[in-house]
Order: sequence, then structure tokens, then C-alpha cells
Amino acid sequence: MRAEENGRCITKLENMGFRVGQGLIERFTKDTARFKDELDIMKFICKDFWTTVFKKQIDNLRTNHQGIYVLQDNKFRLLTQMSAGKQYLEHASKYLAFTCGLIRGGLSNLGIKSIVTAEVSSMPACKFQVMIQKL
Amino acid sequence: MSRPAHRRPEYHKINKDLFVLTYGALVAQLCKDYEKDEDVNKYLDTMGYGIGTRLIEDFLARSCVRRCHSYSEITDIIAQVAFKMYLGITPSVTCNNSSRNEFSLILDKNPLVEFVEELPAGRSSLCYCNLLCGIIRGALEMVHLAADVTFLQDRLKGDSVTEIGITFLKKLDERKYRRKK
Repeated sequence: MRAEENGRCITKLENMGFRVGQGLIERFTKDTARFKDELDIMKFICKDFWTTVFKKQIDNLRTNHQGIYVLQDNKFRLLTQMSAGKQYLEHASKYLAFTCGLIRGGLSNLGIKSIVTAEVSSMPACKFQVMIQKL
Repeated sequence: MSRPAHRRPEYHKINKDLFVLTYGALVAQLCKDYEKDEDVNKYLDTMGYGIGTRLIEDFLARSCVRRCHSYSEITDIIAQVAFKMYLGITPSVTCNNSSRNEFSLILDKNPLVEFVEELPAGRSSLCYCNLLCGIIRGALEMVHLAADVTFLQDRLKGDSVTEIGITFLKKLDERKYRRKK
């Protein structure tokens, strides 16, 4: 029962993030030039978008050039206030869900459909995985 | 949005659009979860209360306000220091009764509603910013002051101004604030 409720909450948080991401990207990209390609958009997310939202850039971006991107943030702002050990690791997903939605919503308004997941291996570092859905 | 605080070397400001949009998403989600406006209002108030009971510590640490000697002083501090610190606005304060325990904050500008054109259809009793009422109530309770805080008027509902009413109730800690007339 607990796990189910937890799952519903995470979905709701992700959906909220999606809405906000759509709105934010609209405002951020009002005056920017058109993006060259998908990689250009991902770099924008990693630099400008992340800086505006979290006051820092993504520390590492990796891609397989086939639609999968991994964004690594070594000091994720929503996790830094928590103990760096294993104590709250299981709760970290609640704090990442909104941000996954944020990325997914932002990409959505730039014409990219995606699935975004996140994982924390050791606080406060986390990775966001973006899988571009080709239609 | 806030003045720099010289006492705390590291204090965080958030992007205004992110803040306003996130608040809107919160209200929208609550509207999806609860059919009745009263329920949404109630949960916004409850959430605000939880925030207020914690926010007061941050506020006291950053503002270093002196001890207050009247409800009027307290309300002025809420309007001129707290609102300014967290929302970047300064509501005006009026006192509504002769026993000086009922006050109103008149919000001329409200950043939380910047992207709200109008309340959704069928949501005419929604107090969009009810979180604020809970925050004020929770914060006051942590400094031993019981108060009722509600929206008396709301521009989103068609009123001419947005007005938050604070009614100070019997004190929880009677020693310090006993005043006769």
C-alpha cells in the first residue's frame, strides 16, 4: 500500500514538474535563436536552463548519439541539505521527480518527446537519464 | 527579490518564474485532487501552516527584529519585513477594530498571481493564495500568538483589492503581551 501511494505521489510530482518545465522553457527561449539540433537543445538544458533553475550547470553530459543522454549533477541543489550518507537515499526519488518532469516539460515545448528518469548513487550527486522518443 | 542579508553569508534566491509557476502547478494539482473549493483551500492552508512553522526560524535569523509590544507592531513587521523578504512586496496595513486585534494586509501587487488571468470555471470560491494565510498562521503560532488568517477580499474573485485579514486571538503565552485598551 505504501509503495503504491508513493508511486502515485511521484507521478503527481513529475506531472507538476512537466507543467512548470513547459512554462519555463517558453519564457527562457523567447528571444533565443533557433536550436541547431537535438544536442544543441540538450546543451541548453545543461547550461542555461540548469543555471536559471539551480544556479549551477550540469557537471557532465554524456550521450550515445542515439537519443540517450545522461546529465550528471554532482551537487544537486535539492539534495545538498540532506545527510550525505545512506540515511535518506530511499527518499531521494521524491526530490528528483519534480525535476524529471521539469526536463521532460521543457523538452516537450521544444518539440522533443522524452522519458526522463533519475537515480542517486551517492548523495548529493545524481544522474538524470533522458530517452528521446522518436515518433 | 530580497534585500541582501549581511548576517547570513549564504542565502538563496529563486528564479521568480520558477517560483510562480511551481505555485500554480501546486494549486492546479490540488484542484485535480479535490473537487470542492473548500477542500483545496483547506489543504493550501494546512501546507502553508507547515511551511510557516519552519519559515519563522529563517525569518527571525535573517531579520533580527526586536521584540514586539503590540499586535500593530507585529502586523507591521509581517507586512514590511517578512513580505518584503520573501515575496518582494510590501502590503499596506490597516487596523479594523477599536480593540486593536483585527488587522488587514492590503496587497497591491501579488507575484503569485502573475500568470493567473482568472479562476478556472467552477472554482469561484478558490482562495488561490491561501497558502499565505497558513504560513502567517503557522509562523505566528511558533512565537506563541494564535491568530485567524483568511482572505477577506480577492481580486481574482472580482473584488477591487486583495485583502488578508489577521485576527489575533487569546494569546498562547499570556505573560508578555498583556495590554489594556
